[in-house]
Amino acid sequence: MSLLEVKNLQVSYGGIQAVKGIDFHIEQGELVTLIGANGAGKTTTLKTLVGMVKKSGGSIVYNGKETAGIASYNFVRNGLVMVPEGRGIFGKLTVEENLKMGAYYRNDNAAIQAETERVYELFPRLKERQKQLAGTLSGGEQQMVAMGRAMLSKPKLLLLDEPSMGLAPIIVQKIFEIIQMVAAEGVTMLLVEQNAKLALEISQRGYVMESGKITMSGNARDLLDDERVRNAYLGE
Amino acid sequence: MTKALDTNKKVGLFLIAAVVLAVLPFIVGNTLGNSWIRIIDFALLYVMLALGLNIVVGFAGLLDLGFIAFYAVGAYTYALLGSPHFGLHLPFYITIPLGALFAALFGILLGTPVLRLKGDYLAIVTLGFGEIIRIFMNNLNAPVNITNGPQGINLIDPINVGGLSLGKALQVGGTSLNSVYLYYYMFLALTVLVVIMAWRLQHSRIGRAWVALREDDIAAAAMGINIRNIKLLAFALGALSGGVAGGLFASFQGFISPESFGLLESIMILAMIVLGGMGHIPGVILGAVVLTIAPEVLRDVIGPLQMKTFGRMLIDPENARMLLFGLALVVMMLVRPEGMWPSKRRKAEFEDAKEAAAQKG
Repeated sequence: MSLLEVKNLQVSYGGIQAVKGIDFHIEQGELVTLIGANGAGKTTTLKTLVGMVKKSGGSIVYNGKETAGIASYNFVRNGLVMVPEGRGIFGKLTVEENLKMGAYYRNDNAAIQAETERVYELFPRLKERQKQLAGTLSGGEQQMVAMGRAMLSKPKLLLLDEPSMGLAPIIVQKIFEIIQMVAAEGVTMLLVEQNAKLALEISQRGYVMESGKITMSGNARDLLDDERVRNAYLGE
Repeated sequence: MTKALDTNKKVGLFLIAAVVLAVLPFIVGNTLGNSWIRIIDFALLYVMLALGLNIVVGFAGLLDLGFIAFYAVGAYTYALLGSPHFGLHLPFYITIPLGALFAALFGILLGTPVLRLKGDYLAIVTLGFGEIIRIFMNNLNAPVNITNGPQGINLIDPINVGGLSLGKALQVGGTSLNSVYLYYYMFLALTVLVVIMAWRLQHSRIGRAWVALREDDIAAAAMGINIRNIKLLAFALGALSGGVAGGLFASFQGFISPESFGLLESIMILAMIVLGGMGHIPGVILGAVVLTIAPEVLRDVIGPLQMKTFGRMLIDPENARMLLFGLALVVMMLVRPEGMWPSKRRKAEFEDAKEAAAQKG
């Protein structure tokens, strides 16, 4: 059984259909990438997965259960965690408090403590800055906070929306290393990216989305070698 | 080592503060007279009110212009259950908690319809709510007389602690302690309780959830925060402090009427928070004390000062007092918009805003 099984998903804003019936699935332990141009419907798809946007048709089965009707604040309790576009960290809370927000719904304090230490091990920079307001950090450090916070939500499936957006190329490299580190911790991930090359390089499988539809799918390596992908997304 | 020193310092400061607060009415009473102790008693009531409103406005970021309604609910609960009006004379340990509970219920009642509103829209609805409560108090005297309308309720029972009535002077040895002294200690005890509640809340996961909500409600929901419940909790807990202060006010004054619960009072309490330092407990306390005492000081100073300098009264002291007070508020907000004693967090917000404005040119 797939961890996530999406069938014929449709989403509309007003009269405009942003997602026009897509199918995809994610298996336990995978790192899957969804690439596509601006306005292809990638972010809408992610928001629909965590209940922030209502679907107009189709089904989303997560962990064997249809997700319709679950309140958006309850998704995290089921292990479905999203790091939104622009990271969504709380700038006026300290790094430490941001991490605590990730564990908001949990009360197993000993485990939270241990996992916080683990996050600091992965990102020593955050330990140095734990008392600093998160809004004063650099873009790369803020992404570390967002990732660390997501890890403290104990995700079974982590959805990342454009983690490289607005960051300098050298930082982007670092962010992708972080994503691989988190994947190595055993977290299943769906990565939405415009930086198709880097995303496909670290993923096992990929989907290509164009104006609300999935037009290609398959092994990440194969997609990287595909003529059409190279032309459209890799700028070759 | 330094940490131990810090702790010692803190304990020292705490002890000094405790001693000062304990002997304050005696110092004030012997130098300035009992009327000033009464003013300090009121300052304590306003500290409770401001800390309550601070939970809603400062912590959760929900602008509430009708906060005085909860003060009214607490006051009327106490008055109706402890006065000859209905012939009920329930003890304060029932009426004050009951008033606080009713106020909290009204908080939820107000909170529920405004959950989706923010900023100006929320302010307008809460303003309307405050007025509705006042107008109800004004008109619930017919067909069945509940609140006694604009005449208000008189002869409200003073608080009675185990046979000791705070409304009468207490004879100790040869000296007599005026009622204002007794109320001072009662108010002080409850103010300390409210401060502890506010402080514990701010540093709990609920306090963090409020900050998160204020900053980004979508990200907050993604963390698993139930936005609806956390907002209602802010309204209820803020109203609770307001209700306690209301009950104390009713017993202290012995008389309440709808006039005491107008819009201007709501605005004054909001001004205390903004002027003191929104969201910062010590700042809010300072704001409440300064805004209660400053107008009284001006009252005592302006008249004699005019007589001394000009030999006659140029401006009616009462007008001059409000004029200077208003001017002080304007100057304060221009010079120090973050408040007299802001939290680090809020200071950072203002510095961010300044920087952004500077970058824009």
